[in-house]
Amino acid sequence: MINRIVVGAHYGLKDWIVQRATAVIMAVYSVLIVAVLLAVKPASFEAWQGVFANGLIKFMTFLFFVSLFYHTWIGVRDIWMDYVKPVGLRLALHVLTATVLVGYTAWAAAILWRL
Amino acid sequence: MSKRTVHFRIYRYDPDKDAKPRMQDISVDLEPTDRKLLDALTKLKAKDDSLAYRRSCREGVCGSDAMNINGKNGLACLQDIDQLKQPITLRPLPGLPVIRDLIVDMTQFFKQYHSIKPYLINNDPPPERERLQSPADREELDGLYECILCACCSTSCPSFWWNPDKFVGPAGLLAAYRFLADTRDQATNERLDNLEDPYRLFRCHTIMNCVDVCPKGLNPTLAINKIKDMMVRRAV
Repeated sequence: MINRIVVGAHYGLKDWIVQRATAVIMAVYSVLIVAVLLAVKPASFEAWQGVFANGLIKFMTFLFFVSLFYHTWIGVRDIWMDYVKPVGLRLALHVLTATVLVGYTAWAAAILWRL
Repeated sequence: MSKRTVHFRIYRYDPDKDAKPRMQDISVDLEPTDRKLLDALTKLKAKDDSLAYRRSCREGVCGSDAMNINGKNGLACLQDIDQLKQPITLRPLPGLPVIRDLIVDMTQFFKQYHSIKPYLINNDPPPERERLQSPADREELDGLYECILCACCSTSCPSFWWNPDKFVGPAGLLAAYRFLADTRDQATNERLDNLEDPYRLFRCHTIMNCVDVCPKGLNPTLAINKIKDMMVRRAV
């Protein structure tokens, strides 16, 4: 195959918006959770568990993790795109990154709802 | 300004003779009238005529004498020599192939510039005199049309270093927005389609090296953000 430069995948806008939206969600959550913890001041394991047993906190924490992992996906993929030139290796790294992040998401859900 | 001696460290490389690049230490005596870096380079060239660099207008209009001056891209003709720490280290623009000494091969840079179709596309029959714009519409082109394509910005951009064949680069994107912003242009959709790509536009991560070095004081990052704004407006 002749090694011509192929460019023009016609995506990127969605990722760019999602990266910003997830950043906002993470920033808002960080402020809220610090405020909640300062208000409750949980001193024991049971108290910590109590904070995260709250349905709304649980939901927001999960939302935070989903945002974090989606944000990570876009950022890490950008790193592979910049620095890993062989296409096969790059694709393998993309798949590996996505798999790990999906796994993390499931793990986060399992931890939160096991409480 | 008085008579003074200025010390230089200059990147030298002649692919026909040298196995690899080297740094040359050289000094030059300047007259009180020598104020810009280009004046000193002219003196240096008289002293060692093997030194190669590009120059033309000597007043920041042609963009020929862009180089890396003490680690920062700029135009030799606009750079005050007495504001530079000595020895003044001169290197070619980073990220482009070196032809000789301070001269780089700008083919890749201009390929990206041409890829955004840097000309007005309007298929209406031309009016008798000219295509008119309102003063407000014309104002949007300020800060865009002044680019002299010296390549200081694109060659200071890491995204352009890693992907010069795929990322349009700040200079090309500034020019792209110059035509996206032009009310006389009719190819807005095609232009946005051409740029909506993870490499061509979205390699820009807004680190603003381009704004930092532009010798004309332009803001490619702002133009890039306006392109993204247009895409968002089109999409949502």
